[in-house]
Amino acid sequence: MVIATLLSKNHTLFGGETMIDWFLTYPIPLLQGLLLTLELTALGLLFGLAVAVLFASILQSHWRFLHYPIHAFTFFIRGTPLLVQIFLIYFGLSQFAWIREQDWLWIWLQEPFICAVLALGLNSAAYTTVLLQGTFKTVPVGEIEAAKALGLSSLQILRRIILPRATITAWSAYSNEVVLILKSTALVSTITLLDLMGAIRQITAETYEMGTGLLIAGLVYGSLTAITVYLFRSVEKRFPPIHRR
Amino acid sequence: MSYLEGYAPQLLEGALLTLQLGIVSLLLGLVLGTLGALGELSRSTVVRYFTLSWHTLIRGLPEILILFAVFYGSDLLFNRWLPTPIDISPYWAGIVGLGILFGAYASQVLRGALLAIPTGQREAALALGFSHRQIYQHILLPQLWRYALPGLGNLWLVLLKDTALVSLIGLTDLMSRAQAAVSITQKPFTFYLTVACIYLIMTSISQWLLQRYYQKTTRYLGAKQ
Repeated sequence: MVIATLLSKNHTLFGGETMIDWFLTYPIPLLQGLLLTLELTALGLLFGLAVAVLFASILQSHWRFLHYPIHAFTFFIRGTPLLVQIFLIYFGLSQFAWIREQDWLWIWLQEPFICAVLALGLNSAAYTTVLLQGTFKTVPVGEIEAAKALGLSSLQILRRIILPRATITAWSAYSNEVVLILKSTALVSTITLLDLMGAIRQITAETYEMGTGLLIAGLVYGSLTAITVYLFRSVEKRFPPIHRR
Repeated sequence: MSYLEGYAPQLLEGALLTLQLGIVSLLLGLVLGTLGALGELSRSTVVRYFTLSWHTLIRGLPEILILFAVFYGSDLLFNRWLPTPIDISPYWAGIVGLGILFGAYASQVLRGALLAIPTGQREAALALGFSHRQIYQHILLPQLWRYALPGLGNLWLVLLKDTALVSLIGLTDLMSRAQAAVSITQKPFTFYLTVACIYLIMTSISQWLLQRYYQKTTRYLGAKQ
């Protein structure tokens, strides 16, 4: 990090003019930014998916009293901007003295990285819960009844029948969610994280080369979404023919 | 409202700006979206590929990047070409940025809606001697709304939430009013939660209105099928 700032400080003297100059002058901050963007995307999605599978399964169950908090959660997250959610977690939680007094908790919650993963993850969880809830309903009732008749427990039915089917049905819709979270990670630069967007904003703050920064951001984010869409499509092609769209 | 420590009027003012911003960019976005949908269905290959790649590009970029690009980028562009430098205000940059975003997504909804109208109607109109323009004007466009409404409604909710981003280009919307209040009162949770609730109210009312309006526009469809 020190080297990175030193590098960028030194090179304001020369002032690169093109995108290639940027890549040559600031390879380390840009690469670190890219890495952080990918990390945040992956961790946020994993956390979100884990919570969503849990929530969507609970919504399938008969525990009615657990349905209401989950519905309230998805309603709140889906009805408010992600930026507000990020601020609420990163800045908001410090308002409560009792949170700050829990040392083990506060060590984590004052880290912008943890807060970003938490916010992205919870956001993704809400949207994915609704997505999975819809796909769980498309599993034919006959298959579940057949599994019950064969003596499978409801956990086995979830793992062996519902989840594999839901994966295939939800696949292309989930690729949208992945792209959405990937793009949303650009917001974490507002809570001091130097992701790709943050790194570029920091460099432009020193060099005033806004145009180059915007072009590079567009190029990298555009490529990342294109690669994501391509990867999801190529996996989809390997599904059994009956499930292809 | 004592827990807001007298900042309620400011927040309300910010909410009004947010709402206004949303509505104006919605209108711009609808125009851009319609043009985009027509472009993607155009008979000219050049127009088709141009609009298609434009929409793919916009949908692949972070929303905040598009706002920055309009705000700073247009400044760079204009000042290079124009003799006297002009300043684009954050307000218009926000509207244009959000409008471009909405347009790129709306074009997909509208294109789908245009294609959902049975082709028999277009063929019948052609057989009756309608010109392409007349077909659009009298047959396709009047029905478009009904097919596109659910999709456009969802996009409106997305747009409303994206308005929070304009605080990052210096507009005094709901979000930045809350930030100002937080910096003085040191009560981030109270104010950001209030902002979240105001957004919830706006999205919920929108959803309710859309639902009612959708039922109204489709009230004859059920009987026909």
